[in-house]
Amino acid sequence: MNELKALLEALIFVSPNPLGIKKIKEVVGDGFPAKDIETALSQLVKDYEHPERGLYLQEVAEGFQFRTKPRFSEWIKRLKKVTPPRLSRAALETLAIVAYKQPVTKGEMERIRGVEVDGIVRLLLEKNLIRIVGRKEIPGRPMLYGTTQHFLELFELKSLSALPTLEEIKAIQEDVGEGETE
Amino acid sequence: MDYNVKLDIFEGPLDLLLHLIRKNEMDIYDIPIAVITEQYLEYLELMKELNIHIAGNFLVMAATLIHIKSRMLLPRPPEEEEEEDPRMELTRPLLEYLQFKEAAERLSLRPLLYRDVFTRDFPAPELAEKKEEGLIRVGIFELMDAVRRIFLERKEGESVPLPSPLIPIEKKMEEILARLQGRGKLFLEELVPEPFSRSELIVAFLALLELAKQQKIVLYQERPAGDILIYDFLPPAVIS
Repeated sequence: MNELKALLEALIFVSPNPLGIKKIKEVVGDGFPAKDIETALSQLVKDYEHPERGLYLQEVAEGFQFRTKPRFSEWIKRLKKVTPPRLSRAALETLAIVAYKQPVTKGEMERIRGVEVDGIVRLLLEKNLIRIVGRKEIPGRPMLYGTTQHFLELFELKSLSALPTLEEIKAIQEDVGEGETE
Repeated sequence: MDYNVKLDIFEGPLDLLLHLIRKNEMDIYDIPIAVITEQYLEYLELMKELNIHIAGNFLVMAATLIHIKSRMLLPRPPEEEEEEDPRMELTRPLLEYLQFKEAAERLSLRPLLYRDVFTRDFPAPELAEKKEEGLIRVGIFELMDAVRRIFLERKEGESVPLPSPLIPIEKKMEEILARLQGRGKLFLEELVPEPFSRSELIVAFLALLELAKQQKIVLYQERPAGDILIYDFLPPAVIS
């Protein structure tokens, strides 16, 4: 089991993208039973939770990926001159609409936000956070938009279903609302 | 002096309404419609005085507010039918908008890649590198030029102008994608068999335009006015 764990660590280390469990099984499946692979993976995740480790193993976009622990972000920014992605409130709101309502047209985004979204949609496309997934079969055949794999990676989501549901969000709001009136 | 200012504080009418509701500590389920209409119109007036450009959707909302207000003034039929409160026309979109504002807030609280957490950097895949080297991104005008060159340089089929079965653009798009899948790269010329028909070329042209628009392919040239290369769309590795 320890050997398998080390092997999985190595495979994930060299993968440029989150490494899916299906791919892992494809690679090592003839040497190890599927059940062992899953156990080893969850053990590996646990190992990295240890505070002495600077990385953690995260399931993101249906795959496993090593990421640096958030408490080191300032040091990492000193080392690597990266500009963190900046998204305006308007862009985030539009992105949220696409994430929950996909496939969704610009018209629907505009209906919800009450303003036109052309510029923001273009920006989100450029940043590879949303993509065109087809056309709606209504007059004018408007484009339909959905989120990308990169969206999942950027926001550390295992899949779209990892987002809180709109019902959960409503419940959060009602809690907040009650707090205000008291 | 005449000048126009675009005010971003209230991006749209819904933002302005939410601001007024918060400021007046109103209950979103029981909005005092006369008060909010009056204040909303005052804001529009102020924006006008400040020479701030008022987007059309602000005016549409003003009309909606006035309409709801007038409906509230009408005497309601006594318990005839459970008619919905006209103010729901306001409350419902506001609640939906708030929901997505909260969803956006939740998103921004997540560990964000390149801000809070980092992954290893990997050199871009070979294909992407090759593409960058000495290749020029092609726009619609270059594509039109190339299509015109094919028109001029190559012989149109001398076939009798029988009405050839027109391939729908969707079919052509599928064909292009299918051919790309195996190889990752295609020349425009390959899409147009010789002898070609005008309509075939036009269908290919439109299919390429549509695919490029949908970001499923990218068009390149090796040199200005050179052959058009069609590539599978590769998303940028890192967002900036």
